[in-house]
This record gives sequence, C-alpha cells and structure tokens, in this order.
Amino acid sequence: MVASRAIGSLSRFSGLRILRSRGYICRNFTGSSALLTRTHVNYGVKGDVAVIRINSPNSKVNTLNKELQSEFIEVMNEIWASDQIRSAVLISSKPGCFVAGADINMLAACKTPQEAAQVSQEGQKMFEKLEKSTKPIVAAISGSCLGGGLEVGVPAAFDMMLTGRSIRADRAKKMGLVDQLVEPLGPGLKPPEERTIEYLEEVAVSFAKGLADKKISSKRNKGLMETFYLTELTSYAMTIPFVRQQIYKKVEEQVQKQTKGLYPAPLKIIDVVKTGIEQGNDAGYLAESQKFGELAMTKESKALMGLYHGQVLCKKNKFGAPQKEVKQLAILGAGLMGAGIAQVSVDKGLNTILKDATLAGLGRGQQQVFKGLNDKVKKKALTSFERDSIFSNLTGQLDYQNFEKADMVIEAVFEDLSLKHKVLKEVEAVIPDHCVFASNTSALPINEIAAVSKRPEKVIGMHYFSPVDKMQLLEIITTQKTSKDTTASAVAVGLKQGKVIVVVKDGPGFYTTRCLAPMMSEVIRILQEGVGPKKLDSLTTSFGFPVGAATLADEVGVDVAKHVAEDLGKAFGERFGGGSLELLQQMVAKGFLGRKSGKGFYIYQEGSKDKNLNSDMDSILAGLKLPARPEVSSDEDIQYRLVTRFVNEAVMCLQEGILATPAEGDIGAVFGLGFPPCLGGPFRFVDLYGAQKVVDRLRKYEAAYGKQFTPCQLLIDHANSPGKKFYP
Amino acid sequence: MTSILTYTFKSLPSTSKWALRFSLRPLSCSSQLWAAPAVQTKSKKTLAKPNIRNIVVVDGVRIPFLLSGTSYKDLMPHDLARAALSGLLHRTNVPKEVVDYIIFGTVVQEVKTSNVAREAALGAGFSDKTPAHTVTMACISANQAMTTGVGLIASGQCDVIVAGGVELMSDVPIRHSRKMRKMMLDLNKAKTLGQRLSLISKFRLNFLSPELPAVAEFSTNETMGHSADRLAAAFAVSRLEQDEYALRSHTLAKKAQDEGLLSDVVPFKVPGKDTVTKDSGIRPSSLEQMAKLKPAFIKPYGTVTAANSSFLTDGASAMLIMAEEKALAMGYKPKAYLRDFVYVSQDPKDQLLLGPTYATPKVLEKAGLTMNDIDVFEFHEAFSGQILANFKAMDSDWFTQNYMGRKTKVGSLPLEKFNNWGGSLSLGHPFGATGCRLVMAAANRLRKEGGQYSLVAACAAGGQGHAMIVEAYPK
Repeated sequence: MVASRAIGSLSRFSGLRILRSRGYICRNFTGSSALLTRTHVNYGVKGDVAVIRINSPNSKVNTLNKELQSEFIEVMNEIWASDQIRSAVLISSKPGCFVAGADINMLAACKTPQEAAQVSQEGQKMFEKLEKSTKPIVAAISGSCLGGGLEVGVPAAFDMMLTGRSIRADRAKKMGLVDQLVEPLGPGLKPPEERTIEYLEEVAVSFAKGLADKKISSKRNKGLMETFYLTELTSYAMTIPFVRQQIYKKVEEQVQKQTKGLYPAPLKIIDVVKTGIEQGNDAGYLAESQKFGELAMTKESKALMGLYHGQVLCKKNKFGAPQKEVKQLAILGAGLMGAGIAQVSVDKGLNTILKDATLAGLGRGQQQVFKGLNDKVKKKALTSFERDSIFSNLTGQLDYQNFEKADMVIEAVFEDLSLKHKVLKEVEAVIPDHCVFASNTSALPINEIAAVSKRPEKVIGMHYFSPVDKMQLLEIITTQKTSKDTTASAVAVGLKQGKVIVVVKDGPGFYTTRCLAPMMSEVIRILQEGVGPKKLDSLTTSFGFPVGAATLADEVGVDVAKHVAEDLGKAFGERFGGGSLELLQQMVAKGFLGRKSGKGFYIYQEGSKDKNLNSDMDSILAGLKLPARPEVSSDEDIQYRLVTRFVNEAVMCLQEGILATPAEGDIGAVFGLGFPPCLGGPFRFVDLYGAQKVVDRLRKYEAAYGKQFTPCQLLIDHANSPGKKFYP
Repeated sequence: MTSILTYTFKSLPSTSKWALRFSLRPLSCSSQLWAAPAVQTKSKKTLAKPNIRNIVVVDGVRIPFLLSGTSYKDLMPHDLARAALSGLLHRTNVPKEVVDYIIFGTVVQEVKTSNVAREAALGAGFSDKTPAHTVTMACISANQAMTTGVGLIASGQCDVIVAGGVELMSDVPIRHSRKMRKMMLDLNKAKTLGQRLSLISKFRLNFLSPELPAVAEFSTNETMGHSADRLAAAFAVSRLEQDEYALRSHTLAKKAQDEGLLSDVVPFKVPGKDTVTKDSGIRPSSLEQMAKLKPAFIKPYGTVTAANSSFLTDGASAMLIMAEEKALAMGYKPKAYLRDFVYVSQDPKDQLLLGPTYATPKVLEKAGLTMNDIDVFEFHEAFSGQILANFKAMDSDWFTQNYMGRKTKVGSLPLEKFNNWGGSLSLGHPFGATGCRLVMAAANRLRKEGGQYSLVAACAAGGQGHAMIVEAYPK
C-alpha cells in the first residue's frame, strides 16, 4: 500500500484542475476555539464537530510531507482529548484537491533506505491513529485523492463523501470506497468551487453529527447478498494456509506477467501483505516501512521520479504566451494523423476545420473523430450531449473556405516533399499573415518544407505520434528561421491538446525518429541473423519496452519504416547501417505493410487478438540471411545491441544541439517511443547504469560490426569523467 | 417540465395556528411597503407606443387544476383543452367566426393529437375555417402561445386570437423500445412469410422493456428536481426557508380560493364523473408535518421535498386576445394590456431554473419601468427552492455582476406583492397551461388590488425563461 502511495503521487497530475484557492470563509462558526496558526493543518469546531482543514501553503495541491503529518497528529490528539468534540470532518481547503499523495521531494531527499523507512513509519503512525479513532471521522473529499491521500480518506473506519465532476466519483461510490456523493454546485452567491466545498463541509458536518448521535450507521450498506457471501467466504478461505499459498502464488504470477519483473514495487507489496497476514499487523507494518525504504532507494524509483519531474517541465510553455491565441485551427488531410489531431483539438474546445481532398477521405476522418468521442460515451466519460457539442467544433470541408480566419494550419498530408510543397503554397495563398503553418511529419526536414514558403518564420514542425488521442508526446521542431512567437504558439496549442512537449532543432529525423531508426536497423539485422519475430518481441518487452520491436514495425507500417530508413540512411550514411534495407523493400513489394494491410511480420485478422507469424516472411528472411556472430548474440547482447544504439544516438542529439536538455530527451524517448519507463529514458539510463559500461558495450559491438556502434564524443566524455552526469 | 415527483404529496392536516401566523407575517413586517405603491408615481403613465397596436386580454379562463391521476385521468388532452375553450366561449360570448387563429401550448404530447389546438378547436365547435397550431416551450408553452398571438396581432395579420395551453400528466406516451419499434416497422415491410419469420426469430425478451418519457433534461441527463436541489444549495437556501415559502403559497391559495378570488376557474363536467369546480392541490399543512418528509431527489441530505415542489397536474387554460380597437368595436371591456415581453436562456445545467432572474431586469428595461413601478408580481413557482434562489440571485451584486454582466443587482422583490393568490406550488402546474393562469392572475389581481403594472415571469426546462409586463386596462 505504501508503494502504491508513491506511484499514486507520480500519476497524480492527470486529473488535476488548476484552481486558485480563494480565502476560505466558514459561516456559522459557533465554536470560538482559537484557530492556532499551524501552516498545513488547522481545525475549527462547529457545534460538537471538529472541522479539520488541510491546506499545504504555497502549493496548488496538498501533499503528505513531514510538517503536514506532525501537525495532523497534533490536531488529532487535541480532538481526541477534547470533551466538547464528538466527531470530526476532514476536508481540504483547496478546491479540486484533497490530498495528492506523498510529497515526492520528501522521498527524493532521503539518502538511505533507513531514512525512507522512517518516512513511511511516520505515515503509518498517522494512518493508524485515524483507523483507531474512537470518534467518528468523516472525510470530505473534493477532487483528486490519490496514493497516501486515499489512505487518509479511506481506511475502513471512515465515512466519506466525494465531489467531482467526473464519473470517477460515481465509480468510487459503486466500489464502496465512498459512502456518499455530493454533486458540484453551480454559481450562487459566490464562486461555484468555493460554495461547493462549503456545501460539502455542511453536508459532512451533518453526517458527522448523525454518526456521533448514532442516527446514521457507519456500516456501508452494500445490501448485496453476493458481496456478503463473497467476503465471508474469502475470509474463511484465507484462514487455510494452503489456500493462502495458492493465492500468493497466483497473484505473484500475475504481477510477474504484467511487470516482467522490471518494477519491484508490486512484488514487495505482496510480500508485505503476506507478512501482515501470516505474522500479524505489527510485523506487517514493520515490513512495509522497511520495504518502502528499500524501494525508495532503487534505480526504478529514481527513474520514475525523474520522469515525473521531466513531465512537469514538459507541461510548461518556456517560450511564453504567444502574441495571438489560436482560436481557429485548420488541419489538412483527414487521415489517421489528421483526424487524430482534430479529435484532441475539438475536445478541448478549439474550433477546427478538417480539410481533405476527397469526400471519402474526409468522411473517414470525421468518422474517426466521432468514434473516438463515442467510445468515451460508451465508457461514460462523456454524455451523448457533450459528444455532440464537442463534435460541433469540427467543420469538415474539401475547399479552403474560412482559411482566411485560421490562426494555425497543421498539415498532415502524405509524407512526400513535393506534396507538402504544393499544399504549403496553396495554403499561404489563403491564410492571414499571422497564421502559423505547422507540418506534421515524422522525418522530412522542416527547413526543406519551408524552402518554398513566403514566410519561413511562420513555419514549424509538429510531430504527433499515432494514435494521437492516446500518445501523450508532441515533438515540436524549429528551424533556424522559425520565430520565437511561432514556437510559443505551437507549444500553447500542444499544451491545450493535453500533450507533453519536447522542442527540438530541425535535422533529419529530428530527435525521436532519429533515435528509433538505428535501433530499427539493428532489429532488421537481428531478424536476418535468424532470431524470429516472436523471440525478438519477447526480448524487447522483457527489457521494458511496452511493444515488441517486430510488432512495433508492423504498427508503425513497414512502408513508413522503409521511407524513414531510406531518407535517414542517405543523410547519415554508414552509421545508420546494420540490417539490409532490402528486407523492408521486399516486404513493401509483397504488400506486407504491417497491421494496416493485414500482414507484416505477423498476420492480423479483424476481431482476432491472436497474432500468427506471417509464414510468407520465411522465404524473404531466408533469402537475406546473415550469419550470426556468436560473441554478440546472447539474449542479453541482443537487448543491449538495440538499446545502446538508441542511447548512443540520443546522446549524439544532445551533443549536436538537436536536443536542448537531457530531460526532454528522456521524456521524448519514454512517451513517444516507449523507451522502458523503469530505466527513466536514455540519459537517466546512462547516469544510473554508468556511462563507462555503456561505452564498453558499444566498443564490444563496434569490434564485431563496425562504425554503427562507435560511441559519440559526449558519451565518451561522460565515461572518462565519472563525476559527470546528465542529471546533477 | 417541473417536478416530476415519483410520489404524490400526502394529504397533510391543516393547522390554522400556523396558517394564521404565516399569513400575518408579510403584514407585520412590511406595513410601510404596503402603503408605498399608492403614493408612488410611475415612471411611465402607460406603456402604449405610438404606431403600434394596443393588444388586450378580453378575458381568460381555466378548468380546475387537479392532481394527476384523479378526475381527469380517463380523458385525453384535447378533452381538457376543449373544456377550457368552451368555458372561454361561455364567459366571453365571442362569436366563433370572428376568431382568426387559435394557438395552444403543450409539453408532453399525445401522439394521436399532436396538433392538440386544432383537435380541441374542432371539438369545441369553433369554425373549421379557423386555423390552429400547437407550440411547445416546456413550462412557458402557454406564454409562447400568447406572445405568438401578440405577434400576429401586432403585425396586423390577425385581430382576434385564442391562446391557451393544456397538459394531461395522468396519461403520458410510454413507447416500445427502439429495438421493438424497429422490428415492428420491419415486419410491416416484410413481404414473405420467410422474411417475417426471420425477423421474429430475432426477437428478444428485453425488446419488451418500455421507454418512459424522459423525466430528465436531455442535454444534462439531470432531473429538474435534482437541479433545483443543487440550485437551492448553491444559493444556501435552507430546508426551513423552502418549507415556509411552500406553506405561504398554500395558505395564500387557500385564502384566495375561499374568498372566491380565483375567478378564472370555470367548472368542468367530466363525462361519467361529477362536475369539478375547484383546484385540488391546495393543502396548507404545518411546518412540522412538512419537516417530516424525506428529500425527493438528492438523498439523504437534499432539501427539495414533495411538499416544497409543484406537483404533477392536469389542466387547461384559454384566453381571448384582441387588438384594442377590435375589442372596443365589439363592445368588450378588456381586462388588461399585454405589453413588452422577453425570452431568455442560460446554462441548462447549473442555471436551469434561473430564467426569472435574467428575464426580470431585461423586461423592465425594455418597458422603461423600475421594480418600484410594479404593483403585482406573478412568478411561476416550480419549486420553493427555485423561487428563493431567484430572489437571492436578483438581490446579489456578486451574481448579477459575474453572470449577468450587470453593474448592480436587480434588487429584492417585495414579498407582499408576490403571488398573493398562491402559485404553481399550491394551485398546480399543468406544464403547457400555466402561462395563461399567470397572466390572468396578474390581470385579475391588478383589477382587485388596484395597481397598474404587473410583472409575469417563469422558468422553463432547457434553461429558458420568460417575462412579460401586463398593464391594467383603465376602469
């Protein structure tokens, strides 16, 4: 549970509403008890109910840190000691956030496992106090309640309430996590958020009174017989050691399967629960805090915390506010990418024109946007009315009508330079002077696209990742001529679309494609050396990549991969060599384009989840077979051949100034290319794994294959001076 | 569509002590204000405008408003509308052939009589040469019928209009499910036995589950009572305040009924049943009794209950509207002028029932009047909480500045001039028919109480609202 606290705090920003807390005034404040000036936790008394308010100073969210914990325990002791108080309400003064989880900086500051274990014990003490409270406590939760916040809110002894705009509050009620929902209020005599919290408090106080007076039962009335029997049965079964062993085994297998053993936390959690059940609560708590301490010190923990900080950084517009906010967006090309970009724009309220050359193409794109929204309706994340009103932000058309009002045009036409030139000229004839022209391309250099522009300072690259509505990353590419305001505008639009953004310099393959290409080249060589696609997939996923390398090629599209490989091969020459381009060319010739054509390395059938190998690939692979080098062909070597080429190229991007910071490099690799999150990204990997070791590996492979593995200068510099780190 | 309460208002014993105390309250606290209107000089002597026809209400009637599921339950909507039309004919003696046009409002439509205005007019013996149409705008449907008529007269297209409204909540269209309907329609088209059999083979038992008429706002999926409860909470209106206001409505309605002030009611001989002569929902209770009720929508801590909401009602109303010169030429003594009116709309989620707040200042400004010029207020009472929230909203600088874009608040409404003969909470609220009741109450109160200007306002589903100035016809 403690570990889930840390993870919770990592993923917390997803649901935050950014609201400024406006001074909180409480009416009907009868109790005159002095409001002691504590900074994090305060309380007042309404009748015989204590209202405890959590309010981390100078922060948008409340996080569990040492000060908060100690003040909280202080407050609780006063409440338990007071005869006047019969029950308590726990509430946050921050609209939209109860407790977001443990303070990540507090964990990062811990130097030893003992220190981290200490932190955990403090937390346990606090939760234990709450659980054992003799006076009923009602937790009134508005907004995000994650990780440790959930533990404050949800221990079984508690009664709680929740407000929230999303269905999630609903679901929490169904799951039995909360007892009562309070719907958010609209405007009244003061701002809605403020009044909602006040109302939540009023309702919570009346519940607390009811509990203290025994007018309300604290039992959760889950009247379902099934639930009852199920819990009864489970608790009985758990008394039999044999059954318990079976359950532990099963859970461990499951976790092992999902994490591939790469994330230590879930297994330790099982251990801790096991200890708790087998040896009693005290032993369980002790084990929990110790394991927590160990976990906080792991490389994985450091890597994930690093990603958290990187992501916070990439959610800010360091180029400032653009001179003119983009209110009218136009997208050229209603293909997979164009429609995806349209979807993430309209659902944030951006007026968007989607233009295609043909009615059929446009219709397909419109349907894609509709389906994306409708799927959310099916999941109850949207109402059908919200879907319709969001969809009305989209205008589908075949001509350039209203482009004279566009503030930004994003082209997502086919990856062909002459076609991109053609649309750029057409668009520039109709758009206003201030309008930004953004090109969504994965490899075509932006300055080549901008070459035909009348106003190259307004041209920029916006590289989205497929599927656009799922992939968080947006890579923005600036040329020497791109103006700062154009960049600010592109970043602002990207942030509005909910993207995590890295801004890189122009160059062949920019950053992401350029890192992926040498790795893919190595993938081909490995396949040619006789490692089957299935084996390759399992080697890459067990290293931590979310998608296997062969599957990735199928997903991206073999034709796209071929295109990129050819282009970048020309630009970078031998360094991007490795596998034979012929393999991709033959696959394209046979129509094995991957998922989109139904066949690639695998065969894809509609409605079927199982993938079978495409047996027609055997002859192609046999024809291009290369002898394997036994000295560099162990499973581990194969994994490292792939990863080191990736990492080497990433570091070279930083060396050449394509990347501005290592943090952006890590975010780009993890969020755009699926670089193993447990490694934290290529730069964090070099820091944690050791630059010298990476260089040694590269040298070993260089000896076998040549220049493709030559480590770049920056990496060598880091290897030569062990104090040098990408992250201080 | 106001409070679709799932259970009916239980008959609560009346306690005269409470009623007395309550009816005294406005008198005791505002004797000054009582005298005020008499000495007040109006901003404008009349709202007549040059070169625009004056439009008058000759008279209006309604059949008694009954709790749904009672005496009217075996009738159809056009039967009620017909009864109102017959009553109007009887009251005004207007020759049927002079009526140029008939307009009715309704909300939950009976599909067999979707143009209920035409069916009722034919049945009531109006000329088959008189066209009729039906309008719908939730709880302000009858208001829409009247203002549509005003438009036709003002533009010179018509001289004599009958406007009205009808609602029969005792019977609502419950449909087969979409799947079932689809199968039945496909069966109609099937030509061979084989086609029919293959269609029937697709039948599943769940096709039979019926589709009830939506009790919720389509856009937000929230029932109106739920929204009213949230609105009351947003404006911090307490349960007690709401119960007190509901009690006031019932007490005043009872008084008006007993004193015979509800002169717009015409008796209705229901086929096969006794003649209905009185509204049936007026039941003053006590605050103690009302406090016992559980919340109807937000359970268990909400504040809107069956006792402080308007109830499901059957009823119909009709009104004779004419160009002034036509009325005078025909020898009528009109009751009132219909003057400026506005329609407003706002957020259907959080401001669903705030229509009057938005419409009131707008119509006053349009007419060039101030709040002090108004002698009679007639507001539609959907819920106690809704009325009180509107009061608070109009009296709040914060709300008017932040949500209405106005510099200053609209002001507080003088309760002693407000719905003095009861309102929708007590008299009942047949959705489509309430508008005409409001205007007739305003006209009759102006005559009785001696004022000049009345303000009629109402909220409606969809986050819409309406307000109109009714000016007394000089005696």
